[in-house]
Amino acid sequence: MIQIKDLSFKYGNKEVLNHISMNLEAGKIYGLLGENGAGKTTLLKIIGGLQKPYCGECLVCNEIPFQRNPSFLSRIYYLPEETEYIQNDCSAFDYAKLNAPFYPKFDWEKFHTILKEFDLDGSKKLNKLSHGQTKKAAISFAVATNVDLLLLDEPSNGLDIPSKTTFRRIMAEYCLDTTCTLISTHQVRDLENLIDPIIILDNHAVLLNESLERISEKLCFTLEISVPTDALYAEPTLGGYLCVRRNEYGHESRVNIEALFNATMQNKTSIYELFKNA
Amino acid sequence: MNFDEHKPIYLQIADLICEKILNDAYPEDERVPSIRDMGSLLGVNPNTVMRSFEYLKTIEVIYDKRGVGFFVTPGAKQVVKNIFKQAFLNEELPQIVKKVKLLDIDSETLYNHIVHGQQSR
Repeated sequence: MIQIKDLSFKYGNKEVLNHISMNLEAGKIYGLLGENGAGKTTLLKIIGGLQKPYCGECLVCNEIPFQRNPSFLSRIYYLPEETEYIQNDCSAFDYAKLNAPFYPKFDWEKFHTILKEFDLDGSKKLNKLSHGQTKKAAISFAVATNVDLLLLDEPSNGLDIPSKTTFRRIMAEYCLDTTCTLISTHQVRDLENLIDPIIILDNHAVLLNESLERISEKLCFTLEISVPTDALYAEPTLGGYLCVRRNEYGHESRVNIEALFNATMQNKTSIYELFKNA
Repeated sequence: MNFDEHKPIYLQIADLICEKILNDAYPEDERVPSIRDMGSLLGVNPNTVMRSFEYLKTIEVIYDKRGVGFFVTPGAKQVVKNIFKQAFLNEELPQIVKKVKLLDIDSETLYNHIVHGQQSR
């Protein structure tokens, strides 16, 4: 679905992405993680055709995103972090009536169902809604487009506590097998159990792009009374230390994504090497 | 559903399905919820649920009727009971025994609790 090879991007002289490569497939819900300024939003914008790569290759659905061919644009949806762009003097229904025709597979029934699940009145004027409600309307529209590639930038930001659960359920229920979903987030806990594979990005490389299954094959996450000498990462928690280690004995544990992220940030090279060889 | 911190999610979902088979919520030879419905119910990635189902298929607790869905294998209840029994004896019981020893609980007290529930002495 997405092929990125040796992609670089600069804002002026400031390098944001430096020769990164990755491939993404349909039917998966990728979680894109990275520190502030790692280039997550920039990457989403390049994939969505909003930014032009400085050099390197980015192919999405066999098209070059920045050419912004209508055939390409009708197959993708990019939901930015700030969703004020939909806050017009019209209702969510009106907004969808105007914009749905751009997306040939738009599903009205799905749109109504998701609005209902978010407990949002689609006939209310969008510019009268709160920040969180606007976000819900935007998410409902985005998911209902049924596009092949769904790019979501921090979708859980601004959602209240019950809506975060609703969001996970909606994604689990309505993301098609033919859709590739890429979600960038700092709110790992909001999206736990939803995102898989996990991509960890920094300016210079894709440090990790692996399924949870493979991560738990290679690494184990355990609670220990003291920090083992071979720990890649350890953090104090109730009852001891949550430790990340190489999984040498085939111990099957639950991947703690926060700990995985911190372990990767502290051991960029060794994590990269660990997963590089199949 | 609250998930355990340490056990992989796909195994926790498999446990959940097994429990429902044990208490007849999912009777033998009947359909279990679809991958999509289960994912939506729990807010879990459908690919993870798929892994739970694949796992349950390999231990012959459920089977796949092509195009229809997954069904509880006849005899699955006994299979699940055996698996849970082994898990209890090998993993949970040693923990309990350790605690019993640590707290010096005598066998009479323990017996009374097991047989009569809360009231002891």
